[in-house]
Amino acid sequence: MDILPILSTLRRHKLTSWLLILEIALTCAIVCNAVFLIGQRLQRMDMPSGVAEHELLQIQVADVMPPSNPYTRLAEDLAVLRQVPGVLSVASSNQVPFGSSSSNGNIMLDPTQRERTLNAGTYFGENLAQTLGTRLVSGRDLQPDDFVDVDTAMKALGTGDSKGLPHVTLITRTLAERLWPGQNPLGRIIYLAPEVGLRVVGVLDSLARANAYDAAKAQYTMVVPLRMGANKDQSYLIRTRPEDRASVMAAALAALKKADPQRVVTTQRSFDEVRRKFFQDDRAMAGMLVGVIAALLIVTALGIVGLASFWVAQRRRTIGVRRALGATRRNILNYFQTENFLLATIGIALGMVLAYGINLFLMLHYELPRLPAVYFPVGAIVLWLIGQVAVLGPALRAAAVPPVVATRSV
Amino acid sequence: MFGYYFDLAWRSLRCNPVLTALMVLAIGLGIGASMTMITVLHVMSGDPLPGRSAQLFYPQLDPRGMEDYGQGEDPPGQMAWIDAMNLLHARKGVHQAAMSGGQVTVRPVQGGKRAFYSDARFTTADFFAMFDVPFAQGGGWSAEDDDKQARVIVIAKTLADKLYGERQAVGKILRLGQNDFRIVGVIKPWSPIPHFYDLTSGGYQDGEQVFMPLSTALALHQGIGGSLECWGYMSFDHLDRKTAPCSWLQFWVQLDTPAQQQAYREFLVSYSQQQKMLGRFVRPPNTRLHNLMGWLDYNKVVPGSVQLQTLLALGFLLVCLVNTVALLLVKFLRRGGEMGVRRAMGASMRSIFAQLLAEATLVGLCGGVVGVLLALFGLWVVRQQPAQYAGLAHLDAPMLYATFALALCTTVLAAMFPAWRACRLPPARALKIQ
Repeated sequence: MDILPILSTLRRHKLTSWLLILEIALTCAIVCNAVFLIGQRLQRMDMPSGVAEHELLQIQVADVMPPSNPYTRLAEDLAVLRQVPGVLSVASSNQVPFGSSSSNGNIMLDPTQRERTLNAGTYFGENLAQTLGTRLVSGRDLQPDDFVDVDTAMKALGTGDSKGLPHVTLITRTLAERLWPGQNPLGRIIYLAPEVGLRVVGVLDSLARANAYDAAKAQYTMVVPLRMGANKDQSYLIRTRPEDRASVMAAALAALKKADPQRVVTTQRSFDEVRRKFFQDDRAMAGMLVGVIAALLIVTALGIVGLASFWVAQRRRTIGVRRALGATRRNILNYFQTENFLLATIGIALGMVLAYGINLFLMLHYELPRLPAVYFPVGAIVLWLIGQVAVLGPALRAAAVPPVVATRSV
Repeated sequence: MFGYYFDLAWRSLRCNPVLTALMVLAIGLGIGASMTMITVLHVMSGDPLPGRSAQLFYPQLDPRGMEDYGQGEDPPGQMAWIDAMNLLHARKGVHQAAMSGGQVTVRPVQGGKRAFYSDARFTTADFFAMFDVPFAQGGGWSAEDDDKQARVIVIAKTLADKLYGERQAVGKILRLGQNDFRIVGVIKPWSPIPHFYDLTSGGYQDGEQVFMPLSTALALHQGIGGSLECWGYMSFDHLDRKTAPCSWLQFWVQLDTPAQQQAYREFLVSYSQQQKMLGRFVRPPNTRLHNLMGWLDYNKVVPGSVQLQTLLALGFLLVCLVNTVALLLVKFLRRGGEMGVRRAMGASMRSIFAQLLAEATLVGLCGGVVGVLLALFGLWVVRQQPAQYAGLAHLDAPMLYATFALALCTTVLAAMFPAWRACRLPPARALKIQ
């Protein structure tokens, strides 16, 4: 196909051609960035929690009257839950991965250090690793005699008596790798305060923190052997088989209510719901972006259809003359297709530059990473396809113009 | 004259229904998408207390230690108990109040209703006068009640209706947790958007149902919620909020005149110096005094994702605009012959221009109608989303007019260039081509 005649025709429709190119460029730029944003959101929604997600239930209860001894109360509640048929394991925890409330501590590697090394999510609770289903990759799990009551720990912190403080901790592999790259973390000490040193006794494969907003720091978590006692911020975690979740939840709530009819259940959900809630904004945003991309591509396609129809109508005579001089229908069809391809290519080239610019702006204002180069060819292919599909109708109409049109004066 | 132009425009648009529909649809889509997002942004960044917000200020102090110290760092977003009480008792503003959010267990006595949790605000006496809270019955409590930890509460109308129905709630005794409180006031539905006075639990939550003196809440160990930022050593759970090196209170002050505001700024600095002399503060004075809208801005109350969506919608509008310009251009240029005839018959360039703009206005109006319908649909979709602000997304009257105005303006603007090009076509040439 000869391109030169097409170019010379386009030169006579400079304005409309440039408007179409501009529209394709803008669409290309917006679509590249929007698809990139969708990718970002989807990637975030895939963030691993490190726990057996489809087997976990979370219950929070609040007492109208605070129990006289929160520790025995907690132990009783856990015992009650363990009796529920279908329950595989129970634990209490101050937070759950992707949960709504979080507990975090500042970690230091040296007690005299003035600035923290990093901030990590701190899980407190018994039997946690086992119930959550997070795998221990080295070392040992926390033992019952590692645990300390939180009141005792607070008192010990006040008096400076290190006996009442916890001494060991479990950390995640990511945290270990961040703190001591390439070294064995077992036996090393982490400080939460100058007098609170915790020896690493075990390394967990993966465990996300509650406020996992930053994917890079989502796995900075540790489990500290502190007994928190029953209170409204503690969660009871139940591990069960996926198919038993509904019945176990109902039975567990009934059992807890039976133990104390006065209490109010404030949270009852499966871990699937926890994840869904945490990432709901991401899902909504991704959905909206898909909608906008679709609408944008439709508008652009309609624009192409409109302009191409106009050109076809305007060049009816020329087409007739060409047909009369021996051009086949296919030649005419190819002509309009090539014309559209040319315009789209210029538009896409401009669009790439624009997409890069928009990405730079977004990086500056919304903490987004750089647009990977792979999005450029994807955007180009999408727009080429849209252009070809949109121009097909008008081009077929052009190809249908009979040669006899050439002989008519108007 | 214009009637004739509109008649001509109508005929011309009907001549080419497909192209017309394309233009209307393109404008409608662009307007609909951008107005949906602009409405959400408008609702979210509105003034929560119109008329009063300019006089409300949020002071910040920096009582932290020297660890992690950095020059020019922002002070904590909340206040420690001691500072809040000192500022409260200094009474340097017209009104001032310290506050924190929390939850209480409401235990209805009659009817055997089950106990339930309600969001509560623990605050001091000036809260109601400062924020112009409208009362249905009774009123707030006094500063004296704050001092003697009186067991009084103010409740919201919805809670009063739920508990007492038609009967007078003021004077009734309500049991919260283990203690009895006397209801002294019932407020009318009041829920400023954003929830400006406490942003720690999100900017768009509902208003509280129970208001209780802060001192009483602390004395009776009510469940105080919200965020707690501590400095110095690690702290576990059960700490004494009055002495802990932690900031957890919001503090607001009403300052009516610029002189008062300046005086208050100076007071904050001198207070910091005095506290440093006493050894409680160690950092050099580091204070801020944001006004209400400034405070919302500083806290980036409008989520980045909403801003991003608005940008996206505007980009979309731009594409639709370019599309309209192109379509109008081909439409107008195509009618060169008709224009040539009109020019040859004596129509001025100006009247041709006016005629073409009238045609564009008609397209804009139709696009506006489609746009409003699409915006209504878009807002309905937003309302189905689970985000905290979703329920607020409604098209109010000003936004409805704005939608039409935007549709008209953009279309007429888009038509300017094509109309100018079309009316400059030399009539002789146009006629010759015919």
